[in-house]
Parts: sequence; C-alpha cells; structure tokens
Amino acid sequence: MEKAEEKRHTIVPFGPQHPVLPEPLHFDFVLEDEKVVDVIPSIGYIHRGLEILVQKREFTEYVYVAERICGICSFIHGMGYCEAIEEIMKISVPERAKYLRLIWSELSRVHSHLLWLGLAADAFGFENLFMQAWRARELVLDIIEETTGGRVIFGACKIGGVRKDITDESLKTMVTVIDGMYKDVRTICDVFLNDSSVKERLCGIGILSREDAYSLGAVGPMLRASGVSYDTRKLGYGAFGDIDFDIVTETAGDCYARCAVRVHEIFQSFHIIKQAISKIPGGPISVKVTGAPNGEAMVRYEQPRGEVIYYVKANGTKFLTRFRARTPTFANIPAMIQALKGCDFADVANIVLTIDPCISCTER
Amino acid sequence: MTENKMMIDIGSDEVLSRVQSYQQGGYRLVQMCCVREPAGNVPADHLELHYTFGRDYEMVDLKFSIPPGAAIESITQIYPCAFLYENEIHDLYGVSIQGINIDFQGNFYKMAAAHPFNPDIEPGQAQKEK
Repeated sequence: MEKAEEKRHTIVPFGPQHPVLPEPLHFDFVLEDEKVVDVIPSIGYIHRGLEILVQKREFTEYVYVAERICGICSFIHGMGYCEAIEEIMKISVPERAKYLRLIWSELSRVHSHLLWLGLAADAFGFENLFMQAWRARELVLDIIEETTGGRVIFGACKIGGVRKDITDESLKTMVTVIDGMYKDVRTICDVFLNDSSVKERLCGIGILSREDAYSLGAVGPMLRASGVSYDTRKLGYGAFGDIDFDIVTETAGDCYARCAVRVHEIFQSFHIIKQAISKIPGGPISVKVTGAPNGEAMVRYEQPRGEVIYYVKANGTKFLTRFRARTPTFANIPAMIQALKGCDFADVANIVLTIDPCISCTER
Repeated sequence: MTENKMMIDIGSDEVLSRVQSYQQGGYRLVQMCCVREPAGNVPADHLELHYTFGRDYEMVDLKFSIPPGAAIESITQIYPCAFLYENEIHDLYGVSIQGINIDFQGNFYKMAAAHPFNPDIEPGQAQKEK
C-alpha cells in the first residue's frame, strides 16, 4: 500500500528587521511548500508607554506627546486628543479653527498616502515610481511647512482651537499648488493603476473578503477596498459636516484594490481641501481654556490608515487618569493575518505593506 | 450625520451574554481597553474595562469593573480578533484573561517591567507571566 503523503510544514521567521519593513514587526509563517497556511504576528518590540505619560504631563502639554505617537499622522493624533478634551470640557471651538484643522488633517492624508505609494513601489521593485511619489509628497510637506513651520509634526493644534492661522494669501497659494499637483500626481497614480508590471504584483494577491474585513475589525482603506463603505469623516466631526464627498470603495479586496483606494483618496483630499478653502469663515482661531477636565469621552476620527479611537478619562485635576489611542494598524492586524493565509511566500511583503503598517502608532 | 454613541455600565457577570448579542446583531469589535480609578461607587482598587462595538456609524461602549486579581473570560470565541486587545490588557495591567485563542503568555509587549500601567499588582499576581 502506498504510504499517504505527509504535508510538511516549515516555519519561516519574518522580521522584526526586514528590508521591506521600516519598523520592527515579526511574523512566524507556517509554510506548506511556498504557500502560507498560518501566520503568528508579534509586535511589542518598541512599546513606548506614551499613554501612561498622560498621568505625568499636564493635559494642555500632552498635546505635544499625542502628536508624537506617530511621525506621519501626527496632526490627527493631536487633534483627536484635543477634541476629546474639548468634548469633556464642553468647549466650543471657533469655526475657522475647525476648517484649519480639516485642511491640515487632509494634507496629512495626502502626504501619508503618497509616502505609502512610494514605499509600495519600492517593495515591488519599481524604484523610479518610489522616487516620483516621494518627490510629489515634498510639495505637500512644503505647504505644511509654509503654513505651520513644521513638516510632519506641526504643533499647530491646541485645546480650544489652533495655534496658527493661515492667511488668505497662503490659502490662495495652496489652491494654486494643489491645482498644479493634480496633473503631476495623476501621472504617477496612472502608473500605479494601469502599469502591467504593477498589476502583475498586486491584482488577485492577498484577497480579503468583505465579510472577513468587517468581522475582523478592519478599518480605513483595508476595509473600504473590500467593499465596505465606512469612513469616519462622514460623522461630520469638525468642519466635515459642511463638506461634500463620497466614500471611496473598491470591491476586489486585493492588494490592487487597497492601492486604488489610497490613490483615489489623494484626489478626494485635494477636492476636500479646495472646498474647505472656499468655505472657510473668518474670525478667531481659538478660545481661552480655563479649569481642568472632569469626566470621560470616547471619540473617533479617520486617520490616513483608518478609524482611530481616542478615550480620555479625567478626574478634575491637571493630570488625566487615562488616555487611550486605538490606532488603525492595531485594528488591521487580524485582517492582515487573514489576507496572508493562502498566499505565496513571495507575496508576503506586498500584502504586509498594503495595510500600510504603522508600528510607531501601534507601539504608542 | 449625528454621531450615535452610548456608554453602558454592566455587571461583570453579563459580559459574555452582552458581547454575544452584539456579535449576533452584526456589530464589529472596535476596541477594548482597561482603566484604573473606576468611576462611581466602585472601590478605587478595582479596574474598569471597556469593550466597544460598532455597527455602521453607531458605537456602543460596555464598561464594567473587576476586583484586583480577578480573572475574566476571553471573548475570542465570539470575536477572534479580540486576542490583540486581551493580550495587551494582560501585559499592561496584569488582568488574567482565560481562554484567549492566541495567547502570548505575557510576551505580547517586550517590556522591562511587568504590568507597567498597573503598579498596584504584584509581579507574579497575574496568572500568566513571562
């Protein structure tokens, strides 16, 4: 009798130091020949304990810490923290400040997506595309530097409003720069969406079904690329209630769909910024904050990588009891594991990158 | 769109049934976290746990308190993706959670100190240690 063929499993460690990963993340891949049959993720190499620091920094100073959770989506971390405190203290932020926050948060989204597009191009071996994406990103960083003085960590948000205003002249210049970027970024993005070699690496790879994306708690482009129309900006927080935009979704759930969602969201953000500039009201940019917060609040916002949750608990002193940030990458890990199962080992790097992992956020 | 969010206080004995009902109602798990200094009449040495669920743009936060050293049941049989949050709560606060589908046994975060967010807990008090 012929002996039944045994399936032999090989465990391959991946990371925490790996050329495709800018930050430490580890996986143990269980392989059957070249197919991934199981994945065990491991994070926690650089946990910084920033959340507990809220007990040692005054709540007004902690904005600076919140911004430093991440070097890419820093502004929205600061904004989310401020808005949670403002909700507890029932502070009404001036309308102009809400619009300024919106403009800077959407600029953050554009530069984050362009950064990701560059990293993705680098991962699938398209060096020139990587350089073009990052060159375009520089233009966005220049706008941010011009309006805030910073490039990735702005320090522009504070409890009760914003620290800096943008002059009408600068807003007009911003529109001109964005109009100029449309064609440039479109050319780059057309390569991402239409080039046959890019499609070869992304189409049909790392598929995440709509059901899995939802039930595993995926957020952001990871969720929307699987056909779920959910974008926290539709809650209308800040000035988003005055802005008209459609949620970008794709249905294939593969690496290409996740790439396409981010590409379309770049142009969506341009559209949102231009709308905000056309509607921004005059007036003050902040209100005076007195007293200390007492109570709790849970708020959610749309980071470039997806929904982020902030929970703040205060006891009436200058020092908060708890600050909690549930970041998008943390929520996307289970969905990423699902997308990796069944893939070829050679596609692992691409799939991991298409969730746009931010370990800095995850290891807050 | 107006944000619809609720915070609901529940007893620790009704957690699993509540979580089950949210899963059956089509809610996704949004987050889980732990807090010291619970509110209300709960003793100060208790820990407060928050389990948050979402459906469309609705958000529900269940919160309940547990006494120091108490063990709780994992909800990974209901929401498999909860393993990340449960390992995090164990490592940062020393809460013993039984039946996690992927249990890192205290090695989820590689830290010099055990349970750094909960200095009240003695090293080794939590059931799973490095």
